[in-house]
This record gives sequence, structure tokens and C-alpha cells, in this order.
Amino acid sequence: MSQPESAVADAQAGGRSGQEPLAKLAKRYGLRRAIARPRFPVYVRQLWQRRHFILTYATSRNVTKYSSSALGQLWQVLTPLLNAAIYFLMFGLILGGGKNITNYPAFLLTGMFIFTYTQRTVTAGAKSISGNLSMIRALHFPRASLPLAYTIQELQQLAISMGVLLVLVVFTGEWPTWFWLMIPVVLLLQTMFNIGAGLVIARLGATMRDLNQLLPFITRTWLYASGVFFSIQDKVVNSAELPQWVANAMYLNPAASFIEWMREILITTHNPQFGHHPPPMVWMSCVFWAVFALGFGFWYFWRSEERYGRG
Amino acid sequence: MAELTKELSQVKADKPTAPGKDVKVHPAPEPSGKRPFEAPTGTPTVIVDDLHIVYRVYGAASDAEKGNAVNAVTRVLKRQGRPQMKEVHAVKGVTFVAYHGDAIGIVGRNGSGKSTLLRAIAGLLPPHKGAVYTDGQPSLLGVNAALMRELTGERNIVLGCYAMGMTPTEVREKYQEIVDFSGIDEFVQLPMSTYSSGMGARLRFAISSAKTHNVLLIDEALATGDREFRKKSEQRIRQIRESAGTVFLVAHDLRVIEETCNRVIWLHKGKVKMDGDPKEVIAAYNKG
Repeated sequence: MSQPESAVADAQAGGRSGQEPLAKLAKRYGLRRAIARPRFPVYVRQLWQRRHFILTYATSRNVTKYSSSALGQLWQVLTPLLNAAIYFLMFGLILGGGKNITNYPAFLLTGMFIFTYTQRTVTAGAKSISGNLSMIRALHFPRASLPLAYTIQELQQLAISMGVLLVLVVFTGEWPTWFWLMIPVVLLLQTMFNIGAGLVIARLGATMRDLNQLLPFITRTWLYASGVFFSIQDKVVNSAELPQWVANAMYLNPAASFIEWMREILITTHNPQFGHHPPPMVWMSCVFWAVFALGFGFWYFWRSEERYGRG
Repeated sequence: MAELTKELSQVKADKPTAPGKDVKVHPAPEPSGKRPFEAPTGTPTVIVDDLHIVYRVYGAASDAEKGNAVNAVTRVLKRQGRPQMKEVHAVKGVTFVAYHGDAIGIVGRNGSGKSTLLRAIAGLLPPHKGAVYTDGQPSLLGVNAALMRELTGERNIVLGCYAMGMTPTEVREKYQEIVDFSGIDEFVQLPMSTYSSGMGARLRFAISSAKTHNVLLIDEALATGDREFRKKSEQRIRQIRESAGTVFLVAHDLRVIEETCNRVIWLHKGKVKMDGDPKEVIAAYNKG
């Protein structure tokens, strides 16, 4: 379909000499910038419209994740278990970390599984943008779908590992109580925090390529500061004789708060003075981190929405 | 499918009598882009205004700095980029206006910025300088990046459709059509990693062409599959082109461009070297 008319048009066009800037022309015909950040409420609505994609993408990634290893999905449970076994050996038996803790295996396992959920989400979130540049450069969707999908992927895996955790906790001699009904609440709050943290780290990871190298280092420090294999109160105040506020500050870190609350629920002998209820400081910290991280995470990620394709 | 066939038959009926729909008379701007672009007929759908695109490319890390946390910390603290990081200025000041009904071919050598330009029009790459204005949301024809090799064809169809923004109802409607068009039959139950390259290409094309668009950008989609499928896909492209308002086509096959486009832009090293009638531009391009 070649048109001789075009040549005529070219000639005609050459003859005209109005001086309208292109931006004005675009405005007159109601054209919008191809890459414009939608307003925040619109953005959230677009994300909601993409929920099917987010869910399907998360599920697909889960299906393919261990497809090359012989044990497949079992690794999801084996990894935290093996980690817990090493820590039990190192800190529980050799260094005597569990001396003042009545049910140390349950204490350690709860800490390990809860911390792993947040740690994995943060690590995956850091790669969610930088590892999907080809998709971002080919398709249109609210970019927050990617870190969200990665968090949901971890949530799906958590469903399996939570089941294992509960079975193991029962094996250590803790019987289910009505307080177990609070488990989904804690996990919901933790998921809210994880989504927010994933979004923040995704934006950082999109531009700071070195973040992936740094992250193992950061998460390990975080692991040690969260009292996963020792009691913060016992080690920091009783043994190291540091002031109480240091321990309190450590308990206020999101990972430690979620772990503490979960331990209160699962382990009868954990802080028996509170019963199965979390201390006010712990649950308030959990709620604060969940709401703050979710709100801030979306806002922070959205601010850079139009720049993610550059790499 | 019914909708598409209807459109196709309508298009066929239209063709001999009214080629005018495609043959929109439009001004072809000079490469300098200084002249005004008010269309004598038709409304502009895509305006590219002095567009610059800069890519960041990362080279492989050297042995000295590989995965060392301490090095990473110092680099972050000093706010240094990696020494291997390069900026590639892929598009350097491109200006043009596309009108409703235009089918614009983009030609140029490898690395002349064709694909980058398309992505910028689609709003997928942020401009370094300048702007792209569009009517609605232009879409690239291609979902390859969203598909996963380890998944079955079936799951990939669903995933790809969602990635293009379809609703579950639309996915259910289109599913059988996609399977039929791709012609992969019972292989749809097997992982895509077991497909031959031709089969994979056919499925990808079938998925990505299942959606209709207002402004469509096609990047070398024609050279896929065997001869029979190629015919089928060329027909499908024509069909999509007729239902879309404006089409951009990047292809190395100049014959295809000459056949389907009413305007050709020749990109050379990120700049527009020529813009106008397909015959003239392609003749000039062939000369070098």
C-alpha cells in the first residue's frame, strides 16, 4: 500500500508555516504524555484491577521455583528447618543460649520461621524490579504489581511452612489453645509490613545495583538483632547488664515484635506473666509497623513509577 | 473471534472502494522537526517531541569487586557508580507526529534505536529529554517477557493474557482462539521448554495478538514460524492494523514494510534520517 498522495501531502506540508509548538498541539487534541504517573488513588485502583495478574504471576513463580531440584517444594520447609537445626546446635547446645528458656526448640523454630518470611520477602523484593527489566520494558502494568507478586509468592510458601511449624510446636509439647486463632491476625500484620518493606526495597534495588550484594549482610545483622535464637531480655539486660531501653528498642524492631507476639501465642511458658497475650508494647509495635510500612511503601514506590524502565 | 472476523470481512469489503482510510494525507516532517505539524486531515494520535532516551548498561563485574560486601559498602557510601556502567544515548532528538489511520514503518540498521523508540512511544521507557504524547495507551505487541519456560502452554496463555491486562472473562473467551490459532494442539499441556522454537514463537505470537489496541507497536513479529504460519500471522497483523487507529511496525523485511505501511521513518544512529513516502524512503535506505 504505497500512496502517491503522500508525496503531494509532503509538498503541501512543506508549504505551510504555522508555528504551533508540539506540546500545544498535543494539548489541543487531548493527547497525554505516554509516561505519566497516575494520581495515587488511581494507581491503587489500577493495581486492584491487576489482581489476577499478580496472583497468577505469584503462583506461576512458585510452580517454577524449585522445578530444577529433585526435592522440589520440600526445600521451602527444609531450608528453615536446616537453619533452625544449625542454630540449635550452635547457640542452643554449644553456647548454651537456651539455658533460661523452657521450651527452646519451639522458641527457636517460631523465631526462625517468622523471621524467614520477612527476610525472604525483602530479599526477593530487592530483585523484583531489577530482575524483570525486560518485562517492564515490554508491558504496561502498575509496577508495584511485581514486588506485590513477590510478597504473595512468599505468603503462599509461608502457608506450607506455618503448617510444619505448628506440627513441630505440638511435638515439643505445646497444645493448641484458643489463642491460636490469633495466628492469622499476626500473619496479616506481618504481611502488611512485608508488602511495604518489599516495595521500599524494590525501589531502592531498581537503582542501587549493589543492594543485592549488601542485603545478606543487612539481613544477618537484622537476624541477630531480632532475638531469633536468644531471649533479648535475658541476654541484653540480665547477662550484658545493658539498660532496659536497649532491650526495648530491640523489641520494637518489626521482626522482633512479630516473633515475640507469635511466641506468646504458641508457647505457654513464654513470659507466663502475660498469659498468651502479647505485652502492649509488642502488639502496638506490630500494628504501627504494619500500617506505617504499607502506607509509606506504596507512596514511596509510586513516587518513582515512571522511572523504573531505565535500569 | 467473531468480532475480529466481522471486522476482517468489513475491511475486505472496504478495500477496493475506499482505500482512503489508510491513505490519510499527512504532512511528513523534516528530520529537523522544526516545522509545524497541524494535520490538514485527521487527528494526531502520537506526537513525539524532541525525544531523547538514555539507557544504563552494566558490564560484567571484574574479579576484584565481585560480591564483596565491604567493597559494596564503600561504593555506596561514596555514591560511586560501577566503573563498568555505561550510558547509551539510543535516541537523540526524534520528532514526528502520527495521525489516525497511519501505518508507519520504522527502518534502520541494528542498533539505530528502532526498538527503543517503540518502547518510548509505548510509555515503557522514560524520556531523558523531550516527551511523547499519545491518545490512549499504546501497546507493544509482545508478551514474551512475562511467559515462563517451565510452565505449560496452558498456564502461559492465562499468564500472558493477564499480563496484557485482560479480565478473567476475556481470558476464558480468548483461550480456545489462542490455542487454535497457534496450532500447537495437545502440546498445550506440556511445558514451553519442550517446544520447538517454531512452536514457541507461534504460541507467543498467538497470545500477544489476542488483544485489540488503539495504537499498536509491532516489533519484528512477522518473522516467526514456518511458511504456513507466517501467512496466517501476516493476515492477523493486517487485521489488527485495520482495527487499530495507528500502527508502528519495525521490521527488517523491507518488502513487508512497503506492503503494509503508508509512511516510513528511517532512523540512523538515533536520529531521523528520512521520513515520508515508503517507496522514496526505502529506495534511499537501500542506497545506503
